[in-house]
Amino acid sequence: MPNNFTAAIQFNEVNFYADGVHIIKDISGSFIKGKITTLVGPSGAGKSTLFRLCNGLISPTSGDIYINGEHILSYEPVNLRRNVGYALQDATMTAGSVRENLALPHTLNGKSLHADEAAELMELVGLEPSFLSKNAKDLSGGQRQKLSIARTLVNRPDILLLDEITSSLDRVSKQDIEELIQKINDQYKVTIIWITHNLEQAMTIGDYSWVLMNGELKENGKSGFLKNPINEDVLHFIRGEAE
Amino acid sequence: MSFLTLGISLIFVLIPLILSKTLNLGLEKDTAVATIRSIIQLIAVGYVLQFVFDAEHMIYIILMVILMIAAATHNAQKKGASIKGIIWKLVLTFIVIEILTQAILIGFQITPPTAQYIIPISGMVIGNSMVLSILFLNRFTSEMEEKDKETELILSLGGTPKQAIHKPLISSIQASTIPTIESQKTIGLVQLPGMMSGQIIAGADPVQAVLFQLLILFLLLTTAVITSIMIGYLSYPTLFNERMQFLKERLTEKKNS
Repeated sequence: MPNNFTAAIQFNEVNFYADGVHIIKDISGSFIKGKITTLVGPSGAGKSTLFRLCNGLISPTSGDIYINGEHILSYEPVNLRRNVGYALQDATMTAGSVRENLALPHTLNGKSLHADEAAELMELVGLEPSFLSKNAKDLSGGQRQKLSIARTLVNRPDILLLDEITSSLDRVSKQDIEELIQKINDQYKVTIIWITHNLEQAMTIGDYSWVLMNGELKENGKSGFLKNPINEDVLHFIRGEAE
Repeated sequence: MSFLTLGISLIFVLIPLILSKTLNLGLEKDTAVATIRSIIQLIAVGYVLQFVFDAEHMIYIILMVILMIAAATHNAQKKGASIKGIIWKLVLTFIVIEILTQAILIGFQITPPTAQYIIPISGMVIGNSMVLSILFLNRFTSEMEEKDKETELILSLGGTPKQAIHKPLISSIQASTIPTIESQKTIGLVQLPGMMSGQIIAGADPVQAVLFQLLILFLLLTTAVITSIMIGYLSYPTLFNERMQFLKERLTEKKNS
C-alpha cells in the first residue's frame, strides 16, 4: 500500500520496456491529489508513456502504480480509464460531428449526452455551442484541443492527463487553455497532470513539477524549483530551453 | 474432347509464348510453368475424382474436403496479412462454412449427397471463402494499423475492445464482401459464368445450367458474409489482452510470398 494517502497517482519503482528498450526507468513518486502537476522534459523522455501507464493503455514491466490509494490492477480497465481521463496529444477525433465526438464517452457507456450538459461543457472550454453541429474534422487545431478536453470531462474523471495540448496553438489559444486548466482544477476539483514544453507555463500553472529525462525522474517538487534546479542534467536542460 | 484435340489447343499457349519472346515481355518461363502445372494438376484431379466417384464411399469425399480445407488454409495464411494464431481461425471458418452449406443443400434435398455434387460445390465454396479471407485479412490489418489512434482514443475514454474495433471491422467486412455482391448484379450481362458455360458446352440443358449457377451464386453470398464475419470476430480478441490493451505488434507484417 502507498504511504502517501494524498496521492492521486503513486509510482513505486515503475519500469517499462518496449521492444527491449528501457523507456521508463525505476520511477517512484506521487502526483498530489487536487493539484496541478506539470511534467516537463525533452522529446522522447517518456512523458506520454507515463500517461499511457496511468490510463492503463499499457502496463508496467515491473513496479506498482496506485490510483487514489488502490492498486491500478484492482480497477476494471473501463472504470480506470473513465476515472483517469486522458486527452491525447494530437486530439484525435472520430468521423462525425462535434456533438458525436463530445458525446463519445457516454455513447461508449450506452448513455446519451443531454443538450444542457453538452452546452455547459462547450461553454466551459470556450467553444460556441453552435459548433455542436459542425463536422469535427473542420475545427482548427486549438478548437480540437478544447473539444478533446471537454470530451474527456464527460466521464467526470477524478484525474485529468493533458498531453502537450498547447504545443500547436497560438499564444491567444494557449492563454485560453491555461485559464481553462485552472478553471477545471478550481471548479471540478480535478487533479491535473499536464505535459508541456513551455517552462514558463510549467512554473506559472503548475503547483508541482516533474522533470523527466531519458525515462528517469530527475527532479520533482513545488514548481518553483525549476528556477534553481539542483540536478545538473535538469539545469542543463532548463538553460537549453531558455536559450 | 480427346487428348489429341487438347494437344491442338496448346496453340493458345504458343501464341503468348511467341509474343512474349518477340516483344521481350519475359513471360515465357512463367507461362510454361503455369501450363505444365495446370495440365498435371487438373489431369491428376480428374483421375482422383473419377476414382472417388467410382468408389462411392463417404470417406473419400471427406478426405477430399479435408484436402481442400488444408490447401485453402495454407494459401490464405501465406497470401493474406496475418495475425497471431490465424491458422486455426481459418480452419474453423472453412469447416463451419462447409458444414453449413452442405447441411442446407443436402438437408433440403437441393442436391443429392453424392461425390459428383459435394466435391465440386465444396471446391467452389471453400475456394471463395479462401479468397474472401485473404481480402478481409489484408483490409482489416491495414485498417487497424491506420486507425490505431482512434482505437486508442476509444479505449482511453473507457470503451471496450469490441467498441474500439467496430468501425475497422465493419468497413473490412463491407470491403471484402462488396465485390461478390457487385459481381452478381452484372452476372450474365457481360460474361457467362464459368461453371454455367462449362455445363452448356458439355451438352447440358441451358436452363438447368442456369439453375445450378444461381444456386452457386446464392451459396457464394452466404460464404462471403460468413467468412468475413467469422474471421473478423475470431481475430479481433487476439489483438487485445485481458487489461483491454491494444497489442499492435500482433498485427504481423504482410507476407509477400
